[in-house]
Order: sequence, then structure tokens, then C-alpha cells
Amino acid sequence: MESVLGRYKNLIWLVAVLFLQVLGLAMQVKRGASAGQDTRLIRVWVVGAVSPLERGLVWIQNSAGDIWHNYFYLRGVRAENRQLREQIEQMRLEQVRLSEDAAQAHRLQKLLAFKEQFIAKTVAAQVIGSSGMDSSRVVYIDKGENVGIKRDMAVITADGIVGKVLLVYPTVSEVLLINDPTSGVGVLLGNSRLQGVLVGGANGEVTLNGVMSDEQVPMGENVVTSGGDQIFPKGLSVGVVSKVGQGKDLFLNIRIKPAANLSQLEEVLVLLEKQERQAVADDRLPVRAADVLAQRLPSVPDKPAASDPNAATGTVGASKPGSNSALGTAKPASNASTGLKPGATTTPPQTSKTAANGQASGSVSVRPAGTSPATAGTAKAVAKPTPSDAATVGTKPVAIQPEPAITQQKPQSPPPVQPDSPPPDPNRPQ
Amino acid sequence: MPITYTSGEQVEVYRFSIPVTIGVPLLALFLQAFIPLRFPRFAVYVDLPLLVTIFFAMARRNPISGLLTGAVIGLAQDMLGRNPIGIYGIAKTVVGYGASSLGVKLDVENPGARLLVTLGFYLIHSAVYFTVARGLVNMTVSWSWFHGMLAGLTNAVLGVMLYFVLDKFKQRT
Repeated sequence: MESVLGRYKNLIWLVAVLFLQVLGLAMQVKRGASAGQDTRLIRVWVVGAVSPLERGLVWIQNSAGDIWHNYFYLRGVRAENRQLREQIEQMRLEQVRLSEDAAQAHRLQKLLAFKEQFIAKTVAAQVIGSSGMDSSRVVYIDKGENVGIKRDMAVITADGIVGKVLLVYPTVSEVLLINDPTSGVGVLLGNSRLQGVLVGGANGEVTLNGVMSDEQVPMGENVVTSGGDQIFPKGLSVGVVSKVGQGKDLFLNIRIKPAANLSQLEEVLVLLEKQERQAVADDRLPVRAADVLAQRLPSVPDKPAASDPNAATGTVGASKPGSNSALGTAKPASNASTGLKPGATTTPPQTSKTAANGQASGSVSVRPAGTSPATAGTAKAVAKPTPSDAATVGTKPVAIQPEPAITQQKPQSPPPVQPDSPPPDPNRPQ
Repeated sequence: MPITYTSGEQVEVYRFSIPVTIGVPLLALFLQAFIPLRFPRFAVYVDLPLLVTIFFAMARRNPISGLLTGAVIGLAQDMLGRNPIGIYGIAKTVVGYGASSLGVKLDVENPGARLLVTLGFYLIHSAVYFTVARGLVNMTVSWSWFHGMLAGLTNAVLGVMLYFVLDKFKQRT
């Protein structure tokens, strides 16, 4: 017996070690999703051994890179600086326009009782390692429980989503990338608003599942998160459609090119906190479109108030075709409405293009971007309507109901001259 | 001077210091996890822990030592990834056992032999991994001869250079 054991000692060892590993593997497979938590303690050892090396090397690499780029390699910095300044100016102007649109969108969301998820708190982290294998697409970041990271938190970059936190260690976290085969993200197509599930493939490709084959999905269409997975807030950029083909059964096989460069990640943001709250309309300075028009058009001398005040909203738009409609396109056409400084680069008149279709009452809240309450002091006399104020549009006088909230409107430039109407002259006899 | 005898009784058996025994596999794991951050294709074509396993197994020429080395390195590699722990462990256990058994019987000191042995063991490793991942864990993995041969040759060439460096740490028993 001893001779047999001695003779086959190596083989017995091999079988025993393999058997133990197969047994452990089978137990993990049987436990399924909870196996990740069960093996957490074992993984901590290796991660704890490897991550300090990775962290140190990343630090050395970054330090050397910083010294080189910040103190030696400064070629073209001046020109780049100038370009960036110009870009900032352009973006400021863009911001003015977007903030106007955003405010209007918030008002509409409020009307529809939407709930929004806001990114309340994030932490920046450095990618310090990967799994090192092609079949498992995870990366390690240099922040863990010490900064409040928890399992299933979303990880993003400025370009788009990256993945979610899978395991958290004291100073390191493991992030499952969206191109891992076990990953799944709820997404929707930007234009068609079709919903689907984003999954990773064996070779690192990212596909969108769940879109029926009779749908039309154009190449290059943006894909954003839907918020349905309760991990990523709605509206984060995911990528663009790069290939569309016939998939299994009745579904399309849609290949997505991720917006974030998943193969060369350096810094990421972990969403520590999300807030879900009712959309709040930004109506600090509600001004009706008709009131804006009233400031720009020739005024009407005092006369008895109109007998039918309800006729106001309907007649403004109807009586001046081609101009600002009270039902949505409140068009503050001058710099007074956009709040731009006099010396700022001029832009085309900003129109609130998202018409307030939901505001059937016609009292469109127009808040000129950049107009702050502090600027309202000198404008009270100009902007505040009285019961006797009325706007003459075309030939039909329109009565404007008094609105105390518009007292903070401050026009910063002269009203535009109407080509087919005389200049405003309050003293002119009617 | 390395002995290139093929007789089981006369082949040289090497041992390594404890820092090398621990540090080299750890370094291999670290590089395997770190380099793909800068060179994403590295993880697709190179398996440094496998090369280290083959080297230690062939140098020690002890099957038990070889399979245990392979098991430990493979399990550690599993722990860095998302997959269940044990897939790489099983594959590298088989490779460690095979490489040390082969080292007893064949001359594995010259570069040509090392190239072929590394290529062969890479394919064996891939086959075991594929079998376990698909058969036991039901993972979605695909087999490609082209990719296997290309990655095998890459590992073989890299292995020959790596073994040349690691030979410096050998200590005769």
C-alpha cells in the first residue's frame, strides 16, 4: 500500500488539489450572485498585496508626468490658453441659452410631476489596476470605504458612464465595467427614446439588447442612461450606436461605442449620493410674455380696462403673426432679456425654443438669464404694470392683468424699433 | 553552467530564495494588472503569471512543488478578477504539474526547447481554462485557434526572454 502511495504520490497530489479547487468552484457557482460577497475576504488578501504596488507606481508615474508637463514641456501653452479663453466666452454665451432652456424644462417637469435624480455628491478616484485578464473586465480605483464608497455606486467620467462598484475594500474598490459580460445597464436611445439593456460581450464589445427589429435605429444615435437600473441617474451619456444588425429572434443587434474610453481609464468619478426630488420650477422672476411685449411696444394711454380680461392671452399671438406668441415663444429679443453685458459678444436673439405647451393659461414665465434680483432696483417704474396698462398689438387693445411679480424686470437696452409702428411716445395723443 | 542532460538522475534541480519565490509571482501579478491600463491588448495576448508558473515548475523539477506553485499563482490571479475563484487555479495547477514533470524528463534549458514548451503549455492552459469556464461555470467564452496560436507565440517569445532574466535568481541545491 505504501509503495502504491509513494509511486503515485505526485498524481494523488494533483488530483487532490484539483478536486479541492473544483469543489470550491462548484460551491461558488451554486451560490450564484452571493458568491461575490462570500469570497470577498479571500480577494482582500490579493488586492491588499497588489494594490500598494499599483498605487505607488501610479503615483510615481503621475508625479514624473506632472513635473515634465508643468515645468518643462510648455510648448504651445500660450496659444492654447488663448483658445481656451475664447472657448470660455463661447461657452458662457451657450450657458445663457441653456440655462434658459433648462429653467423652462424644469417648469414643464413640474407641471408633469416628474421626479428627477440629481447627482448630489461625487468623489474623484484614480484607476490603479485591472483584473489583468481578458475575460473579466474590472478595474481597481484608489478609493474605498474610507471615503464612503459602497457597493453598486455608479462610476462615470466626464465623457460617459464607466461601470459600477462591485466590491469595496478599505482603501480600494473594484469596479465592474459596462463591457463586462456580467454587466447590465438600463439605457434609452436619445432620439427615439427606445429603451433597452446595455450588456457587455465576451470580447469586450458593448451591445444594446431589447430593441425590436421593426424599430428604426440610425447609426450614430446617442445612447443615454434611463435610470431604470437604480444605479445610474437618468440622462448620463453612454455612447453612440456604431452598428445595427439583425439579432436573435425579433430583436436588433445594436453595437454601441462607449462614450468613455474604457480601455484607458485614468480618473473616474464615483457617485456617492443621488437625490431624487420633485422638479422645481425656477420661477423666481416670473414675467409673462405679454408683459415683455408690453415694454417693447408703444403704450396705450389710460383708458377704461377691458371688459374681458380672458381675451388677453388669445389675442396677443393671434393679432401679431410671425412675432412672439404668448403661448410659448416669449422672445426677449434684445440683450436686456439675455442679461449680457453691453460689451459682450453679440449673439442671435435667444428664443426659448421649448415652447410652453403645457402652460395652457398663457402666462409663460420668462426669466431672462442673468437678470438677478439685485439688478431690478431701477426698473421698477418701467416694468411694473398698472391696471391701466395695456399693450396695443396691431389694432386690438389687449388688457394685461396686473402681476406683482414682474417688478424685477430690468431692461438693459432700448426696446427694439418696430419697423411698422411709430416710436414709442407716451405723450402722443391717441 | 546549466546542465542540459536529459537523464532524470543527472538533471540539475534549482531552488529559489524566499524573496524571489514570493516577490516574482507577486510582481508578475502586479504587472499583469497594471500594464493593461496603458496597453489594453496586453491582457489579451500575455499571461505573465503563467510564464512564471512554467519557469518555477521547470526549474524545481518537482511535480508537487510545481502544481502547488501553479495553484497558488492561479488562485491569486482569480482573486483579482470578477470570475469565480478557481478557474485559473485549476488551469495553472495542471500546467505546473505538467511543466515540472516535463522538466524532469526533458532538456528545458535551451531557448528553442523553452519556446516550444511555453507555446505548448499556453495552449494546454487555454484549453483547460476554456473547458472549466464553459463546462463548469457556464461562462461565455469562445475558442479561436488563431488567437490561441498568436497569443501562444507571443507568450513563448516573451517567456524565453523572461526566463533568461529569471535564470539569474536560480540557486543550485
